[in-house]
Amino acid sequence: MPPPAHSAAPYVMRDPALHAPALAPGYKTSVLRSPRNALISIKHGLTEVTAPVFSAKELGPLDDDLILNYVKGGLPVGERIVMHGLVHDSFGRPVPNALVEVWQANASGRYRHPKDSYIGALDPNFGGCGRVLTDADGHYRFRTIKPGPYPWRNRINEWRPAHIHVALSGTGWAQRLVTQLYFEGDPLIAGCPILRTIPNEEQIRGLIALQDTGNFVELDARCYRFDIVLRGQRQTWFEGR
Amino acid sequence: MSPQANTPLQLNETASQTGGPYVHIGLAPEQAGFEIFEKNFGNVLVDKNTKGERIALEGRVFDGSGTLMRDVLIEIWQADAKGHYAHPADPQPSTWRGWGRTGADFQTGLYRFETIKPGRVPGVQGEMQAPHIAMILFARGINLGLHTRVYFSDEAQANTEDPVLAGIEWAARRQTLVAEREKRDGAVVYRFDIRVQGPTPAEETVFFDI
Repeated sequence: MPPPAHSAAPYVMRDPALHAPALAPGYKTSVLRSPRNALISIKHGLTEVTAPVFSAKELGPLDDDLILNYVKGGLPVGERIVMHGLVHDSFGRPVPNALVEVWQANASGRYRHPKDSYIGALDPNFGGCGRVLTDADGHYRFRTIKPGPYPWRNRINEWRPAHIHVALSGTGWAQRLVTQLYFEGDPLIAGCPILRTIPNEEQIRGLIALQDTGNFVELDARCYRFDIVLRGQRQTWFEGR
Repeated sequence: MSPQANTPLQLNETASQTGGPYVHIGLAPEQAGFEIFEKNFGNVLVDKNTKGERIALEGRVFDGSGTLMRDVLIEIWQADAKGHYAHPADPQPSTWRGWGRTGADFQTGLYRFETIKPGRVPGVQGEMQAPHIAMILFARGINLGLHTRVYFSDEAQANTEDPVLAGIEWAARRQTLVAEREKRDGAVVYRFDIRVQGPTPAEETVFFDI
């Protein structure tokens, strides 16, 4: 498939029904961190349809391998997994050269971050972040350790399901997206207040990676599939008056 | 024929989720306190070859109680000094990237970018927009990244001509997007504080649905 034309055409407008509202009181932190005024909707100019273009030269050879990119003399503890999927736009076109950045807790549910004080142990061999560019078909993959669930302060005995944070940079600023992926079969998914900020069951299902048995690596790692849809850019048909 | 024949294809955009409190691990790992990547993305957009007026852009981000949001992560995207973006959709793509990211300082809450003042960029109908920097905020408690724009206090005339500013019906709110120019030890600093919520409807920073 040829690379998409880089036109100045607008992206399809965002459908707010597909996303959590800014104010979602079940996720308490959103109460004081949500604007009270309506967002102002603007037409797309060059500012919105352009975005930084990343190059493979900016990434290191282990940036997509969270199992190896922080080893300090041993391997990290936990379930070895490969995550992969397609990044395409809402018209079904692949998004090549999209930057996919991921971060996560280790197998104990602990983040390598000064603000995380959970008792779960840090793993000296696990950093918890990685990044990869999609190939010409919009495909990405990275290898990691399955993150553990962990408690957090929302209500007093609230637990996050195992999840990996994912940030996407596509071809336009309007496509910028940060989300989280979850794992099929996790019983904590049903009660997660952060996932439940999304008022749409189909959209919640879209955040749950499915076990990809066919791509298990023999005697090594299981595999999960997680596809991502970014907003599509409209075709430039019949421009002019 | 399949029952789906002739159905226009439009897939749902993947749902957004908060970047959470540990967003720095993924997007600014050095700020989270560890070194993992050889090359890091950061808040300094300029080097000695960059053309244009050197500026710093800095400020703080407040929640609805007036409390500093010290965990916020901010990204900016802008044109070069001549008004061109480093992207193939620009008729004359810039060779200067014009993109950066940083977290607010965990102690002071201050964010800071070192960049250049952008030139004017054509708007939707070819009319000129005022110089501006696109900005997006991610943080715990923010379910969908908040888009805003930074304009410049010394561009009063251009600002009055800007179609995006003019499209904000509540004229009093336009001022929330204007960074104040200061001179500090001979250097140009634009101060841009952001109020994610309130304290009054007029003082809350304008955020865009782009």
